[in-house]
Order: sequence, then C-alpha cells, then structure tokens
Amino acid sequence: MSIVESRMDARPELSSRAGTTPALLEVENLHVHFVTSRGVVRAVEGISYTVNRGETVAIVGESGCGKSVSSLAIMQLLAKPAGRIVHGRILLEGRNLLDLTDEEMRKVRGRDISMIFQEPMSSLNPVLPIGLQIMEPLFIHLGMNEEEARARAVELLELVGITDAKRRLDQYPHQFSGGMRQRVMIAIALACNPKLIIADEPTTALDVTIQAQILELMKELSRRLGIALVLITHNLGIVARYADRVNVMYAANFIEKGTADEIFLKPAHPYTIGLMRSVPRLDEPRGRRLETIEGLPPDLLAPPVGCRFAPRCPHRIEKCARPIVLRDVGGGHLTACHRADEVVAGKLVTAPPPAPPRIVQPQAHVAPLLEVDRLRKYFHVKIAGGGLFSSETATIRAVEDLSLSIAPGETLGLVGESGCGKTTVGRLVLKLEEATAGAIRFNGIDITHRSLRGMRELRRRIQVIFQDPYSSLNPRMTVGEIIGEPLWVYRIVANATRRKERITELLNQVGLFPYMAERYPHELSGGQRQRVGIARALALEPNFIVCDEPVSALDVSIQGQIMNLLEDLQARLGLTYLFIAHDLAVVRHISDRVAVMYLGRLMELADRDELYRTPLHPYTRALLDAAPIPDPRVERARAPRALRGEIPSPLTPPSGCVFHTRCPLADDFCRREIPLVRELQPGHYVACHKA
Amino acid sequence: MLRYTIHRALLMIPTLLGVAVLVFVLLRLMPGDIVEMRFLLEGGQVSPETLAAERARLGLDKEIWWQFYDWMTGIFVGDFGISMWTGRPVIGEIATRLELSMQVAIMATVLATMLALPLGTIAALYKDSWIDRLIQVFAIAGLAVPSFWLGMLIILGLLLNFNWIPPLTFTPIYEDPAKNLSQLIWPALAVGYRYMAVAARMTRSTILEVLQEDYIRTARAKGLYERLVVGRHAMRNAMLPVITVIGLEFAFLIGGLVVTEQVFNLNGIGKLFVDTVTRADYTMVQALVMLVAVFFILINFAVDLLYAVFDPRIRYN
Repeated sequence: MSIVESRMDARPELSSRAGTTPALLEVENLHVHFVTSRGVVRAVEGISYTVNRGETVAIVGESGCGKSVSSLAIMQLLAKPAGRIVHGRILLEGRNLLDLTDEEMRKVRGRDISMIFQEPMSSLNPVLPIGLQIMEPLFIHLGMNEEEARARAVELLELVGITDAKRRLDQYPHQFSGGMRQRVMIAIALACNPKLIIADEPTTALDVTIQAQILELMKELSRRLGIALVLITHNLGIVARYADRVNVMYAANFIEKGTADEIFLKPAHPYTIGLMRSVPRLDEPRGRRLETIEGLPPDLLAPPVGCRFAPRCPHRIEKCARPIVLRDVGGGHLTACHRADEVVAGKLVTAPPPAPPRIVQPQAHVAPLLEVDRLRKYFHVKIAGGGLFSSETATIRAVEDLSLSIAPGETLGLVGESGCGKTTVGRLVLKLEEATAGAIRFNGIDITHRSLRGMRELRRRIQVIFQDPYSSLNPRMTVGEIIGEPLWVYRIVANATRRKERITELLNQVGLFPYMAERYPHELSGGQRQRVGIARALALEPNFIVCDEPVSALDVSIQGQIMNLLEDLQARLGLTYLFIAHDLAVVRHISDRVAVMYLGRLMELADRDELYRTPLHPYTRALLDAAPIPDPRVERARAPRALRGEIPSPLTPPSGCVFHTRCPLADDFCRREIPLVRELQPGHYVACHKA
Repeated sequence: MLRYTIHRALLMIPTLLGVAVLVFVLLRLMPGDIVEMRFLLEGGQVSPETLAAERARLGLDKEIWWQFYDWMTGIFVGDFGISMWTGRPVIGEIATRLELSMQVAIMATVLATMLALPLGTIAALYKDSWIDRLIQVFAIAGLAVPSFWLGMLIILGLLLNFNWIPPLTFTPIYEDPAKNLSQLIWPALAVGYRYMAVAARMTRSTILEVLQEDYIRTARAKGLYERLVVGRHAMRNAMLPVITVIGLEFAFLIGGLVVTEQVFNLNGIGKLFVDTVTRADYTMVQALVMLVAVFFILINFAVDLLYAVFDPRIRYN
C-alpha cells in the first residue's frame, strides 16, 4: 500500500471540541492535486480541521505548503483545470460543499463564505467603482434593488471605518490607499453577513501600523457579528495575537494542531519550534543567534516517504522514515512527530552555534565610515493636466534634513513604513540618486557630488544587496556570470582560472555549492538567490554594504538563515551595514543602532536596546505596539493600540511635526513648529516636542 | 477633457510639420521629376527648352524652400494645390477616392470587430478545447492568407457561382445603397478577414491574461454569475489592447489597400497612391501623405480617448 493510500485510510480525527453544537465548517481528509506538465503535485494531502461559529482558526505555514490551496479548495476556486479536489469532504453546517452543483456552490460563495485576499492592490477591479463592487453580491445573493444596495454599501463602508462613504462609493480603487482597499475588501466580504470569512494573508502587503488596524477591525467585526474567521498566514505574531486555534502546515499536511496557547507555549513538533525560533522577536534580548531550519521544504512532486520534515529535522532518527499521522499529546493537542513525547517533555533541545566574534568592534569614538549630513532629496514630479508648455511640478520631499553616521564594523538599522524615504537614503548613499542638498562622506571623503568616474573606485568599497531576489538577478546570466561580472569589470582577478577560483570561494562563503555557478537564477530557491545577491556584493571585497530589505521577500525559516549569514560575514570580514527594513524585530536583531524614519525625516535614533526598551518618540512607540509578538501571553497583556489614520502623502506633508496627524500627543504647537532632532540622552536622538 | 483635446490638437502641428518636411524633401531626392516622366512616356525627342518651360509652368524651377513655402501657405488657406499630372485640384481628386476607401475601411472594421470580440472571448473561455482550436486555426488562416489572394478567390467564387464580376464604376451609397453594398462588401470581407484575425487573437490573449488577475478571483469569490465575471469584470479590462490594434488597423486601411483595390477594380486611395508616386506627382503625393498622417493622429487620439472611457485610472485633465 502506498503512502498516499495509507494516508487516505487514516481516520479523519473529529476535533470538534466545542461541545454539543455542530461545527460551522468541517474539513475532512481533504486532498488537492495539481496536474502539471512535470507530474501531479499533491498540494494538500489529507488535512482535517473544524471551525466553530465565531472563532478564529489560523493556518500557518511557509509559502508552498498548501495553505492557500486548501482555502481556495473550500471556495472551489482552484485554478481549472489543473487543480482538483480528489478526496475528502468539506461540510458547511453539515452540507458537503463538494456534492453541490456549480450553481449551488456559486450561491454559497459570497453569501455563506467570503474571502479576503492578500493583495489589496490587485484584488479589486481597477475599472469599476468600488460601490458597484460592494453592491454586486447584494444584488445577486440578497436580491436588493439599487437603492437598498447603495444604502447597505454606505453602511458597510462606515462599518470598516471609511469616512465620507457616500461620496467614496463612486470612486475607483486607484483612489484608495492599500490599507483602505483592504477595508473595502472586508466590506465586500461582510456584505451578505456571511457565516465564515477566509482571510488569505490579509495584511502581508501592508505596513505594520495599517496591518494592526486591519486585523483589529477584522477581529472586532468577527466578534461583534459572530462571524468565524479562517486566518491564513505565515506571520506567527499575528497568529499569537488573533487566533483561538492554530493549525501548522508543512509540505501539504498539518503537522501540529492545537489552541494558540498550546502551539506557542508547548510546541510539540520540531518544525513548529524551528519556525518560532527562526523569527527574531521584539521582546527578547539580543545576542541570541537565530536558530534556523536548514535546507528547503520538499518538492511536492516527489515528497519524501515518512515524516516530511525529517530531512530538515535536527532530531531525525531511523523511525522518522516511516509514515506518520497526527496523534494526541494531551487534551486535543495533536502533532505528527515520531518523537512527540520527547519533544513535549523538553528532552530534545538544540542550541544554535554561537556567533563568531567580530573582528571589528564598532566603537563610538572612532571616525565614522559613513557620515550623512543634513541630507535632502527632492523629487520633482510633473502635475497631471499641466498645459502644453507649462512645467508645473510638485515636490516630493523624500528625504529631509537627515543626519546619520555609521562607525566601521557597525550595523545601523533604518526602519520605517513604506514611503518614509528609507530606500531613497540607501540609493543616495550608493549614489544611484543625486542628493538635492547636504553631504555624504565616506571614510572622510565627500562623495555627494562625485562624478560617475570618480565613484568608480569607491563603488568597490560600497556595495548593495537588494530586496527582491527574484527580479534583481539577470535571468539570462548564470550564477557564476553574475558573481564574476564585477571581478571582470574591475579587473580584479588575473585570469579566467583565478576568476573561477574566486567565484567558488564566494559561493562557499555564502553557503552555496560550487556547482551552482552553472545554474541560472530561476533554478534556485528564493533564499539561494538572495545568497547569490550577497556573493555578488562581496565579490569586490567592500567594507560597506547597503542591505535594502534583504529578507522581507523570504519565508521565515529562510529569513533566519540569511540574517545569520549576514551576521557571520560581518563578524568575519569586518563589514559595515546600513540595514534598511520595515520589520522592527528583524532590524532589532541585526542592528547595533536603529534609526526610525517617517515621511522623509528622522524621528528617533538610538542604540538598539535603548530604543526598544525606552522609545521616546510616539511614532516609535506606535510601531512597537503595532508589531505582533509570537507569544499569546505577551499579546494578551498588551493593549491593542493601533495607530489611527494613514501615512499622509509626501506631496503635501503636514505642517510642523510631520507625525502630528497621527500622533496621540500632538497639540497646536506640534502642528506649527517642526521639531528639531535633539540628543536627549547620550547617543539617543529624538525629533519630538513632547519627548 | 477639453483642455486635453486642445493640447493634443496643438501637438498635431509640430508632428504634421515634420511629416510635411520629410515627404517634401524625400520626394525631391528621388531621381527624375514629373516633367521627365511625362515626356519619357510620350517617347518623343524633347528639347531642354521644352522641359524647362514645363518645369517653370509647374513651379519646379523655383528654389526648394520657395516651393515649400508656397505649399505651406497654400495649405493654411485650404489650398492643397493642383495635381501636376491631371491639372485638377488635389482636393477633388482625393475626395472621390476617400469616400470609397473610408467606406471599405469602416465596413471592414465593423465586420472584424463584430466577429473578433466574440470569437476571441469564446476561444479564451474554452482555452485548449476543440472550439478554441477551431477559432485559432480560422484566425491563423486569416493572418497567413494575403487579402488580395483572398479577394481573387472571392471574385472567382462569385464569377463561377453567380456569374458576377465587380462593376467598373463606383456607386456611392447615397445613390444606390444595394448596389454600393454589393460592390464593397467583398473587398471589405477580403481585408476584414485578416483584420478580424489580428483582433481576435489579441482579444483571446488579453482575456486569458485578465482572467488570471486577482480581481477576477475576487469576483468569483463574491459568487457572481460567470457571465458577469467575464462580461463585466474581464471584458472591460481586456479591451484596451484590442482597441489599440483596431485603431491602428483602421488607419492602415485608409491608405494601404493597394493590391486589394486593384483586384476588385476599385479606384481608392491606395490605387491613387501608387499612380501618383510612379508619376512623381509631387503635389498629389504630398497631399496624400498628409492625409494619411492626419488620419493616424486622429485615430490614435480617438483610441486614447476610448482608453479613458474604459479605464478610470486614465483621466486626461
């Protein structure tokens, strides 16, 4: 009997722990296959779970584990004809959705079950007014007339916190910000008072303060309206804050199920433990090296026999090659691990190897390697509708009066939400943009207005790692060519043999194998591609690297690997980093000092621990509050304090303190006067009147 | 919108001026002029004096910038000059032919669009099924078969089955609609087939692309009827590239039906173009090129305005 069959025979456990009332949704032994040219991908293999009325159930996992597929299967929105539900039952209040005709299923969608998707930017139809998009399900499912539907749509928009709802009904999606669009999506999902909402990564594309707003809104609405929520996410912090019960998914199967407390406080599967340890946490002291899950998830075309996590598991034993099903480790807490008892008893622990000591210890009194002095960057954009010969422009103040310095061997974290100018700072330092005013000094040399030719030598010393490993590598060059190009351009190596040696050396340095030099980027995983990006940056032996969101496109287990690599390289090569990111926990983990930016200005700059322990700027405090921590106990103790409002347009920044429109402390003075950056404590700089 | 229209209209001036200079200079760079052409045809021994006199009569003896100046000032008062070959006003010569060419172009566009949109959509919705393959084969045949050859087949078919040959003279639609249509429907079909094929393939591919979009998934997740998903959510988004193709093809049809017009024995703009170029009839060629340029610009403008109708993100103000 093959593994698949034995899995199918495994009795679906009926985990309805709610008591006597029947569950709202019961998924039983669901199997989804995708037929591709390379073979059958078994995307979901026999998952079972229950959702009771009004509760929030999370499905957590990394990309490709099948979590989204399993939710699309419930809605029967799998890509046709490749995606097929081959086995299982999906019971909505006892009715098997898989027995319904297409027409009956259509009536369920949007009426009984709604869905919220990840990308608010592309999930709404750009050419239809949002009013119509909200009203459509009302017409179809509830048979409302135009007038009733409009009234309901206004009500819904107000419910999700969109002001001036009547007027906004006639607007189009592009007139809304990302967060606002996600609110519209929620309004659509709520339109017909569904019993269940499936939210597939609803806030992944949003900034952290907006994420907090959206999640608070969803939680509050689901509680008030008694709507059950299936929350699909990779973010453990969100799960800890919002989920009642958690299903952890890995390689097409659930590997652990339990209440949020059970999963976070007594994890019973090495994968769950690894997942939690590879995420840097805001509430933990620094110095801890991230524990990573080595390797990659298995290919679902040919998954390993037995425990699918075994190839990556630090506690693998012989028994792990045998198939495994979920089993109870106490009180309905299920795990699919052969050594579950030992895991639960805490007998299996791993400690990450200690970080190598840094060869260059950053010191405050030495001359800074990079110094940025009252830097400004204005972009002039042409205003639409200007006449033929008019040159009316608007000015975007991307960076305004920013001063920073970075000591040799130091990592300065630059953190802020989208549009705060952090990436522009990186580009200015790299001289990919010309500064409008101010000065950039590298190693004491003013490079602000250096010509391209003059920069050539310096470019060897200043390198960059980009965010998106998918688009920042030329798809038509092999890895070897990508890494070797700078060597050739700068004539660093004498000949082809030496070059090849150097490429091998670089690949080894970033944890790749020499044979990968012959591969093309598309043959590598995201994490491997990012390693190639790092190797390319290292090729010229720089001493300063701008890391622009280097881990934000990666899965959490891979993210930990890359962060450890960056730390190791820094320690061994004495590198200096400008680390740009939006994730506070990531920045905290890797940085020595952290700078917080908002709308082009520096808000706060301090030593990492100082900043996180005693944030002085209300914006920093808001950012820290908004970032969820993967621990339900911590989360319950925190008051939900989502920052209100949205980031204003950089075209028309607020007067006075740019943060005053969202600041809980702002008064008239803040609205009038621009706060100067003051050094309140040694090394702790704040731009706030109230600090 | 008004402001944008004025803006676009003003932008036409430098574009057209550029076209004018280009065509004017290029024509005069060609070896041989109309005088030589004419006397060469007559085959007689012509004295240089006669040639010079003829050139003087046509104004070809003047300095080139004077000629250009004369032409431009003429255009500004609506005088495009007199055909150097026939001696009749250029405007009149073009007008009769333009009526015919416009009608063929419009008929071909209507036919092509009416067929292409449904066929392309059906092909996209039933991707990889037999009906998709059938439509694809039909469309690829349209691209592969030259329209003049299709025209010849049509004439042959008409001749064999109905003993019908294309009439020698053109009947305007306001004189005898039936006769006019029976004459022009065949060339419209011949060129419309290719046109349809281009538009149908474009429709198919853009609809396929749009159907992959997240908002289509959203529409389905709302429980919309499939016909609404396609008709309202997909079609509107898919139309932009299709409109562009249709616009360009339409502009092309005004001046580009050289061979098809020959086949159907039609005296249209295409035929006039060939005749006047071979005769080096400067004033005529210049006027025709300007006409086609104006058409291209106007049609592109119309396409841009249609964009704004279909896509609210594009607003010209």
